[in-house]
Amino acid sequence: MIIHHPLLGPRDAAEFVYLGDASLLNRPDPAAPSAAEDFYTYLHLRDNTAGEHRELWYHEQGDRSWLVLTRNTLTHEITRVELARDVAGQAS
Amino acid sequence: MRYSALQVLKEGLTGNKGWRPVWREPEPKKQYDVIIVGGGGHGLATAHYLAKEHGITNVAVLEKGWIGSGNIGRNTTIIRSNYLLPGNEPFYELSMKLWEGLEQDFNYNAMVSQRGIVNLYHSDAQRDAYARRGNSMLLAGADSVLLDEQGVRKLCPFLDYDNARFPIKGGLWQPRAGTVRHDAVAWGYARGADSRGVDILQNCEVTGFTLENGRCVGVDTTRGKIGARKVAVCVAGSSSRVMAMAGMRLPIESHVLQAFVSEGLKPTLPGVITFGAGHFYISQSDKGGLVFGGDIDGYNSYAQRGNLPVVEDVCEGGMAVMPMIGRARLLRMWGGIMDMSMDGSPYIDKTSIPGLYFNGGWCYGGFKATPASGWCYAHLIATDRPHDTATAYRLDRFRSGAVLDERGAGAQPNLH
Amino acid sequence: MSGYRVNQGLLADSPAVPFVFNNRPFSGVQGDTLASALLANGQTLVGRSFKYHRPRGIFSAGPEEPNALVELRTGAFKEPNTRATVVELFNGLTAKSQNHRGPLSFDVMAINDRLSPILSAGFYYKTFMWPKAFWEKLYEPVIRAAAGLGSLSGEEDPDSYDKGFLHTDLLIIGAGAAGLSAALTAGRAGQRIIIADEDFLPGGRLNLESFLVDDMPAAQWAAHSIAELRTMPHVRFLPRTTVYGAYDHGVYGALERCTDHLASSDGKPRQILWRIYTQQTLLCAGATERSIAFGDNDRPGIMLAGAVRAYLNRYGVAPGKQVAVFTNNDDGWRTAADLINAGVTVTAVIDTRSGEAPLPIANARICMGSEVIATQGRLGIHSVTLRNGQTIHCDCLAVSGGWSPNVHLTCHQRGRPVWRDDIAAFVPGQTIPTGMRVVGAANGSLSLTQALHEGHDAALQALQASGLTASANTAPKATAESTDLSAFWHVAGCRGRSWVDQQNDVTTKDIALSYQEGFRSVEHLKRYTTLGMATDQGKTSNVLGLAVLAKLSGKSIEQTGTTIFRPPYTPVPIAAFAGRARGKHFRPVRHTPSYQWANQNGADFVEVGMWMRAQWYTQQGESHWRQSVDREVRQTRESVGICDVTTLGKIDIQGADASEFLDKVYANTFSTLAVGKVRYGLMLREDGFVMDDGTTARFSDTHFVMTTTTANAVSVFRHLEFCRQCLWPELDVHLISATEQWAQYAVAGPNARRLLETVVDAPFDISNEGFAFMACAELSVCNGTPARLFRISFSGELAYEIAVPARYGHALMDALMQAGQPYNVMPYGTEALGVMRIEKGHAAGNELNGQTTAANLGLGRMVSAKKDCIGNVLSKRPAMNPDNPIELVGFVPLDANASLNAGAHFIRPNGEPNLASDEGWMTSVAWSPSLNGSIGLGFIQNGSQRLGETVIAADLLRSKHTEVKIVSPHFVDPDGERLRG
Repeated sequence: MIIHHPLLGPRDAAEFVYLGDASLLNRPDPAAPSAAEDFYTYLHLRDNTAGEHRELWYHEQGDRSWLVLTRNTLTHEITRVELARDVAGQAS
Repeated sequence: MRYSALQVLKEGLTGNKGWRPVWREPEPKKQYDVIIVGGGGHGLATAHYLAKEHGITNVAVLEKGWIGSGNIGRNTTIIRSNYLLPGNEPFYELSMKLWEGLEQDFNYNAMVSQRGIVNLYHSDAQRDAYARRGNSMLLAGADSVLLDEQGVRKLCPFLDYDNARFPIKGGLWQPRAGTVRHDAVAWGYARGADSRGVDILQNCEVTGFTLENGRCVGVDTTRGKIGARKVAVCVAGSSSRVMAMAGMRLPIESHVLQAFVSEGLKPTLPGVITFGAGHFYISQSDKGGLVFGGDIDGYNSYAQRGNLPVVEDVCEGGMAVMPMIGRARLLRMWGGIMDMSMDGSPYIDKTSIPGLYFNGGWCYGGFKATPASGWCYAHLIATDRPHDTATAYRLDRFRSGAVLDERGAGAQPNLH
Repeated sequence: MSGYRVNQGLLADSPAVPFVFNNRPFSGVQGDTLASALLANGQTLVGRSFKYHRPRGIFSAGPEEPNALVELRTGAFKEPNTRATVVELFNGLTAKSQNHRGPLSFDVMAINDRLSPILSAGFYYKTFMWPKAFWEKLYEPVIRAAAGLGSLSGEEDPDSYDKGFLHTDLLIIGAGAAGLSAALTAGRAGQRIIIADEDFLPGGRLNLESFLVDDMPAAQWAAHSIAELRTMPHVRFLPRTTVYGAYDHGVYGALERCTDHLASSDGKPRQILWRIYTQQTLLCAGATERSIAFGDNDRPGIMLAGAVRAYLNRYGVAPGKQVAVFTNNDDGWRTAADLINAGVTVTAVIDTRSGEAPLPIANARICMGSEVIATQGRLGIHSVTLRNGQTIHCDCLAVSGGWSPNVHLTCHQRGRPVWRDDIAAFVPGQTIPTGMRVVGAANGSLSLTQALHEGHDAALQALQASGLTASANTAPKATAESTDLSAFWHVAGCRGRSWVDQQNDVTTKDIALSYQEGFRSVEHLKRYTTLGMATDQGKTSNVLGLAVLAKLSGKSIEQTGTTIFRPPYTPVPIAAFAGRARGKHFRPVRHTPSYQWANQNGADFVEVGMWMRAQWYTQQGESHWRQSVDREVRQTRESVGICDVTTLGKIDIQGADASEFLDKVYANTFSTLAVGKVRYGLMLREDGFVMDDGTTARFSDTHFVMTTTTANAVSVFRHLEFCRQCLWPELDVHLISATEQWAQYAVAGPNARRLLETVVDAPFDISNEGFAFMACAELSVCNGTPARLFRISFSGELAYEIAVPARYGHALMDALMQAGQPYNVMPYGTEALGVMRIEKGHAAGNELNGQTTAANLGLGRMVSAKKDCIGNVLSKRPAMNPDNPIELVGFVPLDANASLNAGAHFIRPNGEPNLASDEGWMTSVAWSPSLNGSIGLGFIQNGSQRLGETVIAADLLRSKHTEVKIVSPHFVDPDGERLRG
């Protein structure tokens, strides 16, 4: 696979390390009364979508950016690549 | 029809006209006691044991395609019970014992070949970890032998002992481990279940669950609505998609695992060998092909195919540990979808919906578990209590923290 | 013995090439394949089939060959299952037929053929089950010995293999008519192209036909075109290169065979595995002919009609003296026509279609609307019988059942081909890899004219997509041909068996039996009968098998569907996929800056991840590693020792929010750490289990340096970047891995300070008051070398770690050794390091195995309750905090002379050795020179409450059960007086 890095252009996916669903960006509030349940859900339960999937990749053999890819898990087609810190920044 | 050498001879001499279908192709009934969603190895085994061990024969197995089309027909055929954790080892040892009597049980030769597995180790720390594991196995009544380098040399003289980047220091050997003709397992269980009255319904895809007063009472399918007292899902590779129809999110990610087979060769490997300093495991089939594999590709996928980096990684591991296979040719590579759980261990459990049961999350270890998975799932469905060897396979264990993490990799599926 | 050389074709004046087959000398010519040379020598019988050991001859002239498999070369160079049809003949080539016992012409295993009614499809699933024990001991070994084809040498592959990466705008797969036409159009317009062809003589069909292209012989046109392409600097021409797979996003795998056509690789790489990245792809892979099923259609001498033509036109070899043709299409007739033109006798043309003969074939019997129902001949065909009872003599039967487009690469991303009735074949479907166009015969356009036109048109489209303009040229013109066909698969009512898969011995009866027994999906058919699972992956047999199945089920072939096409297109050696990554080069090696120093000073190295670390340093007179390790421990504890700890991960952390960041990633607090101080840090995963530990030093308000364990250096850094970029992007903090930038050494022992006093530059105060335990400083050493000094101790002694820029590592080692001479300083390795940390009760890899909690390690108090951190919330889950947790404690044997084994499990003294009595396990053991006995660390339930209790360390694996006492894990200096001294 080839990932079009927003800063570096097309790079082989072998340069990257995969983490998982981009929902891992949304770490729950540890002070909330429901924190135990929230963290359990956050860390363990997945939509595991068959189709368009937002997911985290790390450019380990590169510039060490964490990226959010929008990739189809049925076809592997990548339609969007963003810097994770931009996505995380928008979310908060 | 009972299979035997005599029967083969008799049929052979009379034109093989008398063989009948291994399973019937019935029309769906309106109502069953139990519906098993998924006609893979685990589903068919569950049906077989429900009928045989619990006398529950009014059962349907629903398969969206052809039976055995999932991972039972697409794996590296290894069976073993060399697990570490007390929540796992007795279960896999039960599975091994069931393998050992399987052919007589369902009167079908699945070619269970107990020629052993050697997990190589390359460092003292790895040896210590294997010693801990081997002792766990022995405590659980399984078999295990810790080999030093000389011991491995005797068993596998063809490995690279003298020029290795990561020298072979020894191995953990389970002599009773081995390989099985994978497709035949599905067919054998289908035969066993069918002969006891279970309906195997191919080309019957489940499209929804029927809930009444919060209880699951049947399924919608491409062949119509079918009712059941209990519905048991067993659909590796599609678990999240199917359970989403019941509104559930699972502690599962689906990943692609590639596997490989070489051209047919005269016997050259004694059993299963796994490399301890890279991702590579290999055995040789009864037909002569080297069957091997390695790590998952590592990203979520439902595509049943992988990419080149892992192919090369696997072959590098192979050449590092046994450079004599270099001139053997890779004939075919394929990919299967693994339901990777959050700790590398599976789930066999009731769900939050009464009448709905779930079996899945086998990562890439489901094949060896087929008999015990069917046995324990049948036990759960029949008695509503988990089998003694499967009490740890709770769907909500991450809420309590009772994880079963053989690798110590944490809640990241692609590391298991 | 029927084939012979006719003096024509492309090899008319080629020099002779001697070779050996089955220990007999033969002679071929330059440009032959092994198959063409064998045929030219009249060698019809070349192998045996898989199951029944039926005699087998050459069937095809290309990579689709199911029968003519040989063991090529000898000794460690032996290559089993090599298709003679693609082996380029070289001087001295040696080959052997395979899968027979006794001579090829009298294989004793052919008894299986007599038993074939019993050995029907899947018979083995129904028997060999009784008595149970016989399977392992008797049945399976016999089956295994009989199975398989060729054999491996058992020796290491002596050749080397390379890998490479290529980038292009247009990849053209196949340099036949379509591919060359496309390449010319695109190449002339300046497009960057890679064109690959699996053959050593590119041109595909053009080399096999008697047609004209642009008024010259087709082969000549091909040669001219290739010559022109080779002059274009932007075109890379790769002959002998098979594109074997299509992967995501325009990545293709290709195998170039560099020296397979030579007697020896002569030290050069045998093959190169290319990974090709391309914007656009033209698949011009041609088509593969298939056979017809009829009685005894597997005898040597029965070949594909196109192959017969190929041998004649390209190699100048007539596969028989009297050739009959059996066809359902017009293409088969052209084989007859070309044979006649070359002076070869054609005894008959049998066409399943009625009507007029499409071509005049002189002196041949023309049998329209007829069928071959049987063949005769033991090791080679000598006649055929027609439906009407006529017998026709022939020593070669050329069969054509039509052509199947080579759609393989269109399906590698799970695309499904679609059926076209007019050519009775599958063609590429709608879903093909992005950027791919399929051209010519691969697309079902079977005539030469179509191929040339489609190639040209596809190149125009590719140019347009790349924004290039075509120079004015038109598609090449070729002789017109007819490719009419009427689907015909299986001659009904034959008495003999009708073979579908010739290698795996699958007959139409096997397919019928499979259907009868319920194996009715194509995948079940394949798996039950093994149809299409042989080395050729059913290239000539699959469609035929589907057609037979479709007829049985009353469905169309389209409804029946195909099995899945998977890579590789043709088999690829495992060694090629590994390339140079084998032996010592399997993985890169990391050396620390003082590796050379260690090497010169007696170090034995051990692999630690990619690193090579000194395990111990052997001195003169030491014959056992324990002597060295014991000495190193004693000397360190008694005076001073030096250990290279460079491999520990080092992460530089800077920014206004650095301390806040550390509070979030460490379980304990770092914001309270004073500048100039170091603190031990415990890091959890988000699931609450321990991830790693290490020390972090604070050099300023905004600057920290973290160390990680060697094993987790990479994963911790990745994790911190995740925290920084994904969880808390608002924090002002930056990270950089500095593992390789700093060489770092532990200087430990009562004389450590005295040693360092002579190394640090004035005015640095290294006194206990000036630089107390857990202090850190930036300073200079050895007259101006920048350095960092940490007063931390893993050994439990008065100890420091000193770091200098990596380039000074070796020099610092020299300087420290020199400075330590008065104290008889010694370097110590990882073993002594391990012994001392066990003596001190520090957890390391065996304890930090990802399965343990802070409480398990006795560090539960470190998880701060005052602040959040990664892992804090989930570490409180009930099952992780049970009433009887396993806890890390020490163990000593009751018998002072006994040794301990790591991996033993603890059971109570009267306990049965079973899981129920399993209370924990021994993680690390050592022989302690300080205590003069064996010691161990381990986890046991409620360990901290059970000090003094005796349990059994049960090592069932090694039959060693040792009574051990539970003790504190701090064996040496439990109060830490030494390290503070």
